[in-house]
Amino acid sequence: MLKVRSPAAVRAGRGELTAATITVEVRQGYHVNSHTPAEPYLIPLRLSWKSGALEPVETLYPKPKLEKFAFSPKPLSVFQGSFTITVRFRVPASAPLGPGQMTGRLRYQACNDTACLPPNTAEIRVPFTVHP
Amino acid sequence: MFGKENCLASLVSYAVGALAVASLLLAGCAPAENKATASSSSLKPPAERKPAPDFALRDGDGKIVRLSDYRGKVVLLNFWATWCGPCKFEIPWFNEFQQQHRERGLVVLGISMDEEGWDVIKPFVAALKVNYRILLGDETVADLYGGVSSLPTSFLIDRQGKIASVHVGLVSKSVYEREIEELLAQDKQSGRRPAAPAVAAARFRAE
Repeated sequence: MLKVRSPAAVRAGRGELTAATITVEVRQGYHVNSHTPAEPYLIPLRLSWKSGALEPVETLYPKPKLEKFAFSPKPLSVFQGSFTITVRFRVPASAPLGPGQMTGRLRYQACNDTACLPPNTAEIRVPFTVHP
Repeated sequence: MFGKENCLASLVSYAVGALAVASLLLAGCAPAENKATASSSSLKPPAERKPAPDFALRDGDGKIVRLSDYRGKVVLLNFWATWCGPCKFEIPWFNEFQQQHRERGLVVLGISMDEEGWDVIKPFVAALKVNYRILLGDETVADLYGGVSSLPTSFLIDRQGKIASVHVGLVSKSVYEREIEELLAQDKQSGRRPAAPAVAAARFRAE
């Protein structure tokens, strides 16, 4: 239903900022709610981080599409097809030098025009290298 | 697919037997990919219907509700969740069906698959003024009904407790209306619609 392509390894020095871009592909005919759904009952797209030496600073989602569906009286804020999420990380001054990996989870809830699938999560890995 | 943690402590779901479940799956309680679509609205012939698996789930007041409590009624069994837009769209229809056909023997039962449980279900149900019984479902009861991989998934169950139709995803209101009318009209003993000439003849003799 939803595939996540992990980014290539990012490199940054201690105390610096770096960014990783995650590509997400939603199966044709389906959509996922955006990070800012139009209705309070809908489950938003949400990226969270479980572990890793980097400090997530900001998550940049693309501009959602406002799409009308037969089951909703007003347009819904969704993502369809392929889109990217950019995450900015700060490398702490105390970060260990060398390679590492940030592990995160993307929670999503997908529907098509007539039915919905239960909420699910996709694992995300962002490899990185901290240099002096 | 749906979390088990909701109800394991509080509800009892059970199969009518492994063979019954297997035959149910073969007969048409399969998940979305295999089963009814928006264009599928006809009822199965009574002879081809399979028993609806019984279950025991709790309602919002903590009372245990069994499907078998409603034997002799036509049951619209709707699997849904608060986060499901198409499910929300159908709820006013089901309110209307329950209101219009209660006296004739229709019972709408909503089985919520919300993992967060009553904390999210109760305010949602109140906001939509749901007038039929809502039960908290889990993976076990979903499995009994073929997995229920997509929501909404609705089963129309005849007065004999057999599954007459399955709808996965949003279908038109008129499909439900037609099928409910047909099931309500079917004979309580045989599941078949009473033959009009025989009814007329009986009435004539009585006079």
